[in-house]
Amino acid sequence: MQSKEPLARRQGHFAILARAALDEVEAVLADAPAIPPFTVLKQPETGTIMVEGRAGGGGRRFNLGEATMTRCAIRLEDGTLGFSYALGRDTAKARKAAVLDALLQNEPPEGPMHRAMRRLAERQKQTREEASRKAAATRVEFFTMVRGEG
Amino acid sequence: MYVAVKGGEAAILATHDLLAEARRGDPAIAEIGVAQIREQLGLAVARVMNEGSLHDPDLAALALKQAQGDAIEAAFLIRAFRTTLPRFGSSVPVDTSRMAIRRRISAAYKDLPGGQVLGPTYDYTHRLFDFALMEGGSLPQAPKAPAALAGTMPRVPDILGAEGLMEPETPPEGDPAPFDLTRQPVSFPADRDVRLQAMARGDEGFLLGLGYSVQRGFGGNHPFAGEIRMGEVSVEFVPEELGFPIDLGEITLTECQMVNQFSGSKDVPPQFTRGYGLAFGHSERKAMSMALVDRALKAREFGEASDYPAQQDEFVLYHSDNVEAAGFVEHLKLPHYVDFQGELELIRRIRAEREARLAPETTPIQEAAE
Repeated sequence: MQSKEPLARRQGHFAILARAALDEVEAVLADAPAIPPFTVLKQPETGTIMVEGRAGGGGRRFNLGEATMTRCAIRLEDGTLGFSYALGRDTAKARKAAVLDALLQNEPPEGPMHRAMRRLAERQKQTREEASRKAAATRVEFFTMVRGEG
Repeated sequence: MYVAVKGGEAAILATHDLLAEARRGDPAIAEIGVAQIREQLGLAVARVMNEGSLHDPDLAALALKQAQGDAIEAAFLIRAFRTTLPRFGSSVPVDTSRMAIRRRISAAYKDLPGGQVLGPTYDYTHRLFDFALMEGGSLPQAPKAPAALAGTMPRVPDILGAEGLMEPETPPEGDPAPFDLTRQPVSFPADRDVRLQAMARGDEGFLLGLGYSVQRGFGGNHPFAGEIRMGEVSVEFVPEELGFPIDLGEITLTECQMVNQFSGSKDVPPQFTRGYGLAFGHSERKAMSMALVDRALKAREFGEASDYPAQQDEFVLYHSDNVEAAGFVEHLKLPHYVDFQGELELIRRIRAEREARLAPETTPIQEAAE
């Protein structure tokens, strides 16, 4: 079934949920008017993904090493599919994030869950910005010393 | 040859208990938590993730706790656990040019677009003990600049590349999927993707020693650290069932680009050559060592002599894996009673034969007298 939500926004939700803790996902779900019944298509499962890099940053692909990740798939009664994919091994979060993915597809962008997602995204952005400002405080200007004359 | 032994179950069970007690140490001292290891021994956690070849800070912290801080034993635990997990696929290659920078320095360029950012480094510490850490209880606060850093910063070799001064680094025709040494047997000469994967999971100490040997003349490269950057990079994955990329979250990476002296031919004007290192977590020494050895291993591609260990892919790749190396070295501890019995018999026989051989040499005098 084709999702009603624009792809870019849905991808944004995946990114936000991947970076969220279990309690943050639960907090967004708490803004749902009700959690409708759903079927778990794929139980939360932890496996690995091989992280690839590129030689020199932009050249030939190589395998850097694996990372743990957890995925889950559910279906709402109306047929909407919900997925969750995130690094790490949090299976409880995976199930809830998959439900949330489905619910968000059925909610208009001004709905309470979308608003909660935007607040969560804003908090994540602030955390990133804070780390970047701390790094920026260590920005350095080196001066080369001119030794003697001639 | 190793011949298995039987027995010793009771002693082995007792040693497990004794090990657990030794691991715990003095029970009057508070037990260390896995989250404390993850947060406060992050550089050790990064090393275990690299050499265990699995990114999972919690598991690496648990491995360190279980192994009493033995990094190689911890990597072994991670490797063993990894084999129990299904693999869902491969990521989209990470894009380090979009890294959320926490540290970025160049020893080649003073003034870089985006700036030099020292980040959290031991480089400018005095290596004097901070005895206040004995007491603990401090809550350090880092200063914040008014504005964040630029969202993306160009990689230094790409700046040189724009001028044509740097050996280009582009994907081969068709951008092929990389070789995976965890699933296919390695053969030699090994391609760059194999070498980089082997080094990424290789022992930091081994690569450090080899990198050092290259600098000291056993390989002939004394490069510039063109750029070292550390920060967070998103990992993307395209699930089959969706068909579009999903951002799985971010991991910390350290990247090192070494700029080495020139190579050229009658067709190609002289260019700087590259060495590349990439590692999980803040792992600067590892990434730098890897970049030094990566360049040394390109000797064949550049038509250079391969006279030294760091230039020989078979030597480097067969000896860089510390879990394999530790396994073979440490298996010497296991009972080799049958082997040794054989050696004992052999040496006794050789000695007996020698005595028999020497004995007649003392009698000829008598013979001559007779």
